[in-house]
Amino acid sequence: MIGSLAQPLLFLVALGYGFGSVFQKAGEGNYLNFLVPGIIGMSIIFTAIFSGMEVIWDRQFGFLKETLIAPMSRLNIMIGRTLGGATVATMQGTIVMLISFFFGFHPISWFAIIPAILIMFLIALLFTALGTMVASLLNDMQGFQLIVNFLVMPLFFLSGSLFPLQGLPTALAIVARIDPLSYGIDALRTLLINTSHYGLVVDIVALGAITLLFLGLGSYFFKKIQI
Amino acid sequence: MIKVNNLVKKFGDFVAVDNISFEVNKGEIFAFLGPNGAGKSTTIKILTTLVQPTSGTVIVNGFDPVRSPDETRRSFGIVFQDPSLDDDLTAWENMEFHGVLYDVPKKIRRERIEQLLKFVELWDRKDSLVKEFSGGMKRRLEVARGLLHHPKIIFLDEPTLGLDPQTRNHMWTYLKDLNKNEGTTIFFTTHYMEEAARIAERIAIIDHGKIITIGTAEELKEQTQTDSLEDAFLALTGKTIREENVSGVDQMRSARRRWQR
Repeated sequence: MIGSLAQPLLFLVALGYGFGSVFQKAGEGNYLNFLVPGIIGMSIIFTAIFSGMEVIWDRQFGFLKETLIAPMSRLNIMIGRTLGGATVATMQGTIVMLISFFFGFHPISWFAIIPAILIMFLIALLFTALGTMVASLLNDMQGFQLIVNFLVMPLFFLSGSLFPLQGLPTALAIVARIDPLSYGIDALRTLLINTSHYGLVVDIVALGAITLLFLGLGSYFFKKIQI
Repeated sequence: MIKVNNLVKKFGDFVAVDNISFEVNKGEIFAFLGPNGAGKSTTIKILTTLVQPTSGTVIVNGFDPVRSPDETRRSFGIVFQDPSLDDDLTAWENMEFHGVLYDVPKKIRRERIEQLLKFVELWDRKDSLVKEFSGGMKRRLEVARGLLHHPKIIFLDEPTLGLDPQTRNHMWTYLKDLNKNEGTTIFFTTHYMEEAARIAERIAIIDHGKIITIGTAEELKEQTQTDSLEDAFLALTGKTIREENVSGVDQMRSARRRWQR
């Protein structure tokens, strides 16, 4: 757990303090505050996708094989696994948020924290389901590197986690709209620092719909796993 | 207990199982003997609902694994070639989990867990984490776990691969006792000749996805006019080394070995 906290915190400290004054000068306000929801999103997406991907390893060498062969519905196994993975990812996000308080992060209201954690859980659910779906389609770890570099990284970097979505060139703006994480980060920002780009309702609806889609697709492919 | 007719399994163009048919009687100890890549593991996976056949019929304890997977699953226990335990749980917890998955009622579950852990001599380690166990201990735990729901059949896929002779001996002693006392059918795959000769009542020799012949060790030796099962095997399957394609699973397996310990 400690190891996986290092990367988000590094980003937070390096970028937050590094770009802080530039951001301020550009009239956008406190970069650290802006960045924290993005970093929370970062830890969630990485943890969630990885725990979904564990399916590849687990189904050969792990406990998953035992569950696949038990007289239990695949759907139940998938739901259990996704909830478990999402819970871990949410806890990661929460810890990052707590630590960021020490670095000077100030949410506009402490009451915002509970809804923020709920949004974090929704994001975690979405990406754990996505990870499980991808892992159900792959047969070995070869594809893993590909997935990380061509799926997870773009999803993270192009979601407005690190930069504001206003005034983006059209191409990037379109990509950000398709990226589910953008809505997640935006929702977190709305709740925690009251800066919104898409609007909270749009965010929640988008997140909810995409999560259901991935859960559905994820279970479909999970059911088809043959070892 | 097990009836297989004209079973075929293709992975794309590759025919892993090529039209095999065989029967295993209730209470029998039956072995699939063959070189690597012969189709042994694939056949077991089809019998145990993990893989779907391309064509052919399979009956396990009266059930069709494709149409009635859950009833089929309740009929057997399995020890895989690669461990499928949860390393972060204790031995006891792994057993308990299995019991819950297979709907074994709580009181019976507790009694059986104790009985089985003592049977495989792991009772004193019941509260140790599985990640601390040696390969042999893990295998013994898997045998105990596979028997928890009192299945009619126990499948073992290359069960003694990588184990020392003492552990191997212990394991087969437990299993033979079980076969004698409870009438549990045992179906195992191996490429160890003496294991097949010593333990199995009937042996099916499989190569390139086809069953070459089925019989007792004696019958096979007589059939090929040889003195040992090994010679009989070589006579039946030829001496060329099998060309094997390294699958993704094999690569993961070697990566796993590298990263352990």
